[in-house]
Amino acid sequence: MTLAARAPAALADEHLQQALGRITDRYRLVRARARETPDTDDRKHRAGALRREILADLDGWIDRVTSSLERVGAVVHRCATAADAAETVVAIARAEGSRLAVKSKSMATEEIHLNAALEAIGVEVIEGDLGEYIVQIAGERPSHIITPAIHKTLGQVADLFSPLAGHTLPVEREALCAFARDHLRTKFLNADLGITGANFVAADTGTIVLVTNEGNGRMATTVPRVQVSVVPIDKIVPRLADLGAILPLLTEHATNQSITAYLSMTTGPRRAGEIDGPEVLHVVLLDGHRRDLVGTPYEEMLACIRCGACLNACPVYAKVGGHAYDSVYPGPMGSVLTPLLSGGTEGRDLPFASSLCGACTEICPVGIPLADLLVRLRADLRTPGPVVPARVGRTPPGRAGPQAGPGPVSSPGTRPPAAGFPWPGADAALSRQPWYRSLGWSIWARVWSRPRLYRATLALGRLVTRRRSGWCRRLPGSGGWTATRDLPSLAQPGFRRLWTDREHRR
Amino acid sequence: MDLNDPAAVRPQVALFVTCTVDSVAPKVGTATVRLLEAAGVEVVVPAAQTCCGQPAANSGAPEAAAVLARHFVEVFEPYETIVSPSGSCVAMVRHWYPRLLSGSWRTRAEAVAERTHELTAYLVDVAGRADLGAVIDGGPLTVHDSCHGLRVLGLGHAARELLGAAGAKIVEMDDPEACCGFGGTFALKHTAVSTAMADAKLRDSAATGAACMVGGDAGCLVHLEGRQRRCGIGPAVRHIAEVLAEALP
Ligand code: SF4
Repeated sequence: MTLAARAPAALADEHLQQALGRITDRYRLVRARARETPDTDDRKHRAGALRREILADLDGWIDRVTSSLERVGAVVHRCATAADAAETVVAIARAEGSRLAVKSKSMATEEIHLNAALEAIGVEVIEGDLGEYIVQIAGERPSHIITPAIHKTLGQVADLFSPLAGHTLPVEREALCAFARDHLRTKFLNADLGITGANFVAADTGTIVLVTNEGNGRMATTVPRVQVSVVPIDKIVPRLADLGAILPLLTEHATNQSITAYLSMTTGPRRAGEIDGPEVLHVVLLDGHRRDLVGTPYEEMLACIRCGACLNACPVYAKVGGHAYDSVYPGPMGSVLTPLLSGGTEGRDLPFASSLCGACTEICPVGIPLADLLVRLRADLRTPGPVVPARVGRTPPGRAGPQAGPGPVSSPGTRPPAAGFPWPGADAALSRQPWYRSLGWSIWARVWSRPRLYRATLALGRLVTRRRSGWCRRLPGSGGWTATRDLPSLAQPGFRRLWTDREHRR
Repeated sequence: MDLNDPAAVRPQVALFVTCTVDSVAPKVGTATVRLLEAAGVEVVVPAAQTCCGQPAANSGAPEAAAVLARHFVEVFEPYETIVSPSGSCVAMVRHWYPRLLSGSWRTRAEAVAERTHELTAYLVDVAGRADLGAVIDGGPLTVHDSCHGLRVLGLGHAARELLGAAGAKIVEMDDPEACCGFGGTFALKHTAVSTAMADAKLRDSAATGAACMVGGDAGCLVHLEGRQRRCGIGPAVRHIAEVLAEALP
């Protein structure tokens, strides 16, 4: 089923439509703030350059972050696939005899479907983020990467919590939060396994950084005896100090906050004399098709800081909500990531579910050209199977070329912008597409690049669309156009005739 | 050539009318010509022009789009300045052609792209003629910022300056930058979402009390007007070139 097929139900869902209004309000606040701040462009450029610094030598940075993590006492597991990562965490839980796991908010663990894997071996898993908790009780998946339960109204949350409370809870924010806090606090204090993702991991210090507003990150990293952090490799920042430039952009674009309520940093397990923190810290470094992106236009996505601003900005997301994407990551960033991170098995229709309005590209705090990437994906998805774009410019990791290693750190901002990646179109040597892939468009291009044939097709169009009113109420073969809209008849005479007549009159 | 004839030294502009205007909104083309002439330029219309190729590019057929891109470059290369009444098509030329083509074609495309301007941007920023002597005295107008013109070309100010100079009263929508839901093939494949976006735009424009919603891209306008003919919401939908040309003395 595609987003187009799921959309009508989403559009008809009154609760959802009411809830989604908040998304657009937030987008406008964030946009206004970005425009009113005089140095937004410079800050975005600086943060974007810092995020892209790892791309020149991703394998080298993975090595560096691994040795830093090990130096501070963490156990590092490198996992190539989402399934590997889930199995690794399951094995840790088994070995440690874990019974109750609490999680801080994490999209990486959604990506590897960790909850189901742990529950399958009898570990109780509790989401510590309020939004995630709501979604968990509802048996759903997050519909937004920052505000997972944005699709729910307050009344729906009361309906979900009341059976757990054993009495009818009032439809009031404070009462519902108080219930969740009491309920979750008990779980937190008894948990023996803390599971987190990471907003960032610093390669110089081996520090795992969590940004939360409710303190669930702090709970999950201080109380349980064992902590497992699932860290996708694109979360690496070269230096902890880089966060000074990145974190403000994250909170401004995620929630329109200048600063987050909680910033939790874990540098290794508890040391002698410390009063809290895990006794054992495992870090699962997840590739999950990310290394494949290096050297392609899609490597831009590795700069993403998961702020969710592009979801809020997207007029399609704002109409259908996250569940209509049926993917872990929804919205523009999800439409790009889903086919890429799934190895081409999921979300192949998503890059087409965009009007290409570019609001995502404009709002993105690290300058990812999302709309351009959607356009490129539409072409690369013509070939069945994994998305394998032509590689240009950079040697992919783990292939031929100078061996990656702890060499000199490249200076940020020296790479050409990704938009500068050529697009294998005209250059047959770069094009991976067999000639028949876009047969219809190829024929169209041959016809419309010949002025006389172009005019002949317009004449034909005039015949087909001729109506007295000048508008077609129905036109078979016009896709979905005339289902909801009138289609204009092709004008007789067209502009060319008007122009030549005028020239003759002169 | 008679050097005393002022016409002989008028700057020349090649009009890229676009396939959409050519086929469904030819009056936008004639209005564009009138505006350019009012700004003191001589207009030529290269006969071999067709389409910029954007439909193919956005449908995942860059090779096909490149065929049209090369055709465009060949047709318009001889001209000093190229103007088009569509932000979207100009964005295709300026943003995508240099990425779509390679080698010497890219060099040629970059040169042509630099000389290709959207109509309102040309009038205001290049020709410096925000005031064409047009006088708009009807009811208030509201402006829809079409996406590619706004975000790829950085327009937005130009339409408002032209309308303002003509004395129009502009009443802004809640968010004039919100996408109308056209998006080319998106309108065909994602009919329900596309239509919901059009309805939102039409409701926003109705809420302003404007007599007319003005836009700069025939594709968006045809989509909005086609929807309006079904749902009956919102003021008249017009291309800015027509609104201004009708108001010329
Ligand atoms: S793509 Fe950009 S805007 Fe979207 S989540 Fe990532 S950083 Fe934020």
